[in-house]
Amino acid sequence: MTTMKNYFKYVAILALGIVSCEPELENAIEDGEVYSNGSADFSNYVAIGNSLTAGYADGALYISGQENSFPNILASKFAAVQETDGFTQPLVNDNFGGLLLGGNQIVDTRFVLAVGANGPRPARYRGASPTTEITNKLTGSFNNMGVPGAKSYHLVAPGYGNVAGVPVGTANPYFARFSSADNATVLGDALAQEPTFFTLWIGNNDVLGYASSGGTGEYQLGNTDFTSYGENDITDPTAFSMVYGQIAGALAQSAEGVLLTIPDVTLSPYFTTVPNNALVLDAATAGQLTGYFQAVAGVFAGGLMAQGVPAEQAQALASQYAITFNEGPNRFLIDVPATQTNPLGFRQMTQEELLLLTIDQGALAGGYGSVQFTQAVGEVVAILQAGGTPTAEQAQILFGGVSGIDDKDALDSEELLYIRQATNLFNDAIAANAETLGLGLVEIDAVLNQLNTQGIPFDGGIITSDFVTGGAFSLDGVHLTPRGYAVVANEIIAEINATYEASVPKADVGAYGTVTLSQDVQ
Amino acid sequence: MKKLFLLGLLILAGATTYAGGYRVSLQGQRGLAMGHTGVAVVNNAELAFFNPAGLVFLEDKINVAVGVSAVFSDVVYQNDEFGQMSRTDSPVGTPFYAYFSYKLSDKFSLGLAAYTPYGSSVKWDKDWAGSHLVNDIELAAIYVQALASYKITDNLSVGGGPIYVSGSVNFNRNLNRTLTDLEGERANVTVDASGVSAFGWSAGAMWSPVDSLRIGVNYRSEILVEAEGGEADFENIPNSPLTPFSDTQFDATLPLPAELTVGASYQLNDQWLFAFDYNRTFWGVYESLDVDFANPNIPDSSNPREYEDSSIYRFGLQYTANETFTLRAGYYFDESPVQSGYFAPETPRNDSNNFTGGLTVNVSDRVAIDAAFLYSRFKEIDESYDYYVEGTPPNEVAVPFKGTYKSSAFIPGLGVTIKI
Repeated sequence: MTTMKNYFKYVAILALGIVSCEPELENAIEDGEVYSNGSADFSNYVAIGNSLTAGYADGALYISGQENSFPNILASKFAAVQETDGFTQPLVNDNFGGLLLGGNQIVDTRFVLAVGANGPRPARYRGASPTTEITNKLTGSFNNMGVPGAKSYHLVAPGYGNVAGVPVGTANPYFARFSSADNATVLGDALAQEPTFFTLWIGNNDVLGYASSGGTGEYQLGNTDFTSYGENDITDPTAFSMVYGQIAGALAQSAEGVLLTIPDVTLSPYFTTVPNNALVLDAATAGQLTGYFQAVAGVFAGGLMAQGVPAEQAQALASQYAITFNEGPNRFLIDVPATQTNPLGFRQMTQEELLLLTIDQGALAGGYGSVQFTQAVGEVVAILQAGGTPTAEQAQILFGGVSGIDDKDALDSEELLYIRQATNLFNDAIAANAETLGLGLVEIDAVLNQLNTQGIPFDGGIITSDFVTGGAFSLDGVHLTPRGYAVVANEIIAEINATYEASVPKADVGAYGTVTLSQDVQ
Repeated sequence: MKKLFLLGLLILAGATTYAGGYRVSLQGQRGLAMGHTGVAVVNNAELAFFNPAGLVFLEDKINVAVGVSAVFSDVVYQNDEFGQMSRTDSPVGTPFYAYFSYKLSDKFSLGLAAYTPYGSSVKWDKDWAGSHLVNDIELAAIYVQALASYKITDNLSVGGGPIYVSGSVNFNRNLNRTLTDLEGERANVTVDASGVSAFGWSAGAMWSPVDSLRIGVNYRSEILVEAEGGEADFENIPNSPLTPFSDTQFDATLPLPAELTVGASYQLNDQWLFAFDYNRTFWGVYESLDVDFANPNIPDSSNPREYEDSSIYRFGLQYTANETFTLRAGYYFDESPVQSGYFAPETPRNDSNNFTGGLTVNVSDRVAIDAAFLYSRFKEIDESYDYYVEGTPPNEVAVPFKGTYKSSAFIPGLGVTIKI
């Protein structure tokens, strides 16, 4: 019997020995046998920036968006390369988006894609109310220091995270949730974590506020006093360069990192989705509009001549209003400041000028951007058609039919020029800092250009910047989808691998989603 | 010489196997210990599975063999391009068998058998990189068979009988690579069907040209398990008319392929017995896993498999040490039916080398304990499943799921043989 016991013992030992033998790959990621961190150290990665760093999407900050932030994607890849201390984010409380201050909602919920009578369209989610109360301060430090809404100079502004400053506009509700102290700065809280590696993507809001308001703010060229800036102003490029150098220089003192340029915001769907020639007319309506504007030009010239302006000069000035419309698409009219050369203060849009995503499409269909044919206008037109001469009052009624697009709904050529000039100067400063500090540089503007032209191929198709369907941009038209953020992460990884001789694996772009569907929008 | 020695050692160490696809070769501890050979071995009631023709050669009037194995099987997946890795956490499978034979006369025996030759149990991390192909799957098929064995001459017999199968399947996967609900939870579907009945048969013959040599052949028919009206449960579907997935019923067919075995055994002397079996499994029948949903708004799911017929080569060795102990060892090479480009993570099997061993302890004249183990060794392999498609016609794009896989399986088992 002893022999038998021994047999069983050996069998049991053999069995246990092999059971514990899980399959092991020759070069296993989990054993650190596949990738190299090169000359970089990813053990404590800190991301500094704005909404694009925070994972903001669909007009809101919500948990699943944060989980798909480009820094979180990057951190997951870093963790495959070397041991890291993990990556913490100041997660909000829900997936609805929106913020509360003292129980009152101060920021709206996210957009979702809802199917309505006119097909799928973005709408604010209304299935639940926001639950993220900004006075519920988070404790601890956070690797993701992306603060939605932050401009360059906000990162070094003490008090930007003081909840008391939120109602008066001197503080940021997102940073107020997780700032280390009332007088803390974003940069200071980032540096306190002693990052070994960082990404810095800041400057978008230094021009975006201006652009997304339709250029209602000012280009603060030559004014380096940030405190005098309005929310919708463009930061002075010289001032930007100074503050950017301060931030990047401080971060680079003890860490390696990558700087990201800012894209031309006017290439995002917020500005490219509503075409400026969406005034589609049949032949009869086009003829009617052309006739109307000929009448406007004629009456205007007549009025000038009645005031003693020589006929030739009057007709030359009035001729700009004799706008011709054709069957098919026509460009809208926009309001411009009335000047001596354009006394009526409207003109047809030029090819490059842009309409904002937020423009009231219903109003466009009702004559906004062309002519609102009220009954009074019609009566004046009838008088003209009968060969009569309108009174000065009737002429004003006629001119009043013109409904040009407001400044807030469009970017005109001058505004576009300011935006592009500032963006280029900001990017020059960013590139110069990368050069001087010996950091990686990712030219995201080039990536966005590619999305806007031929698109970026991935295993499931092509990502473009087309609104809703393109896959790169979320439903707010400015921020990215998880898939868009994965593209950004891959650009950064490529730059890291080149600059620091590392071999960080890429993100699987096709595994990241795009827009979220819901009918809970009532 | 060293290699030869190692080979010999390995064979002596004994081994048996775990077959490709979802075939589970664990139908008797004595056979398993000898590389799962047995079509030409007259040993105990395991013949009910290996070759019913041999039942009539069993000396005792009543023969019983029952047993169960514990399948510890795991797979590791890695994709170097994207830094993805995952490891299955599959539940321990417990295939079993129970055989009974009764000798009516010297020439005629009847038998009854229950066994589980097909099954699979794979559980990946939820929402892992391949979750659009499978999160987890449980396949089980219980065969119940009535048998007759008839001795035509003293050295030639035939046997066989009808098979009743009760099958079940539970399969969960994500609907695609990205769809989530508002909370970011991945949309997924579970298809579940159980108690699905099907019928088949098996038949064999055994011939002994000289006393020390036996030759056997056995064929088990293909059985199609047709699940009709199974339950499809959709979860985390966004509230949108663009995603019209709601719980419904489904039809699907899972083939349990036919298997032909030929083999021989040679009794060298009182101590040593050698056995060789060749299996041909007709996997070619498994062309596609098609799930047909009852709800017309839900697109049916077609998943090409294109398995090919495959072979297994089995070698076994038995050493009768004394009246109490019999030791066994074996080896088999198992060719995977899965073709390159069709490597789906629900049955991630490539070719394997399998080592078996075991022993019988005769507790009394009538009762013996049979123990066996199987260790399956798979090579690390870079493979892909190339037939996952995204988009809607005509803009469909195939999105291959690639990676490096390595599987392992260790399967100890215990059984009891009774002869009266």
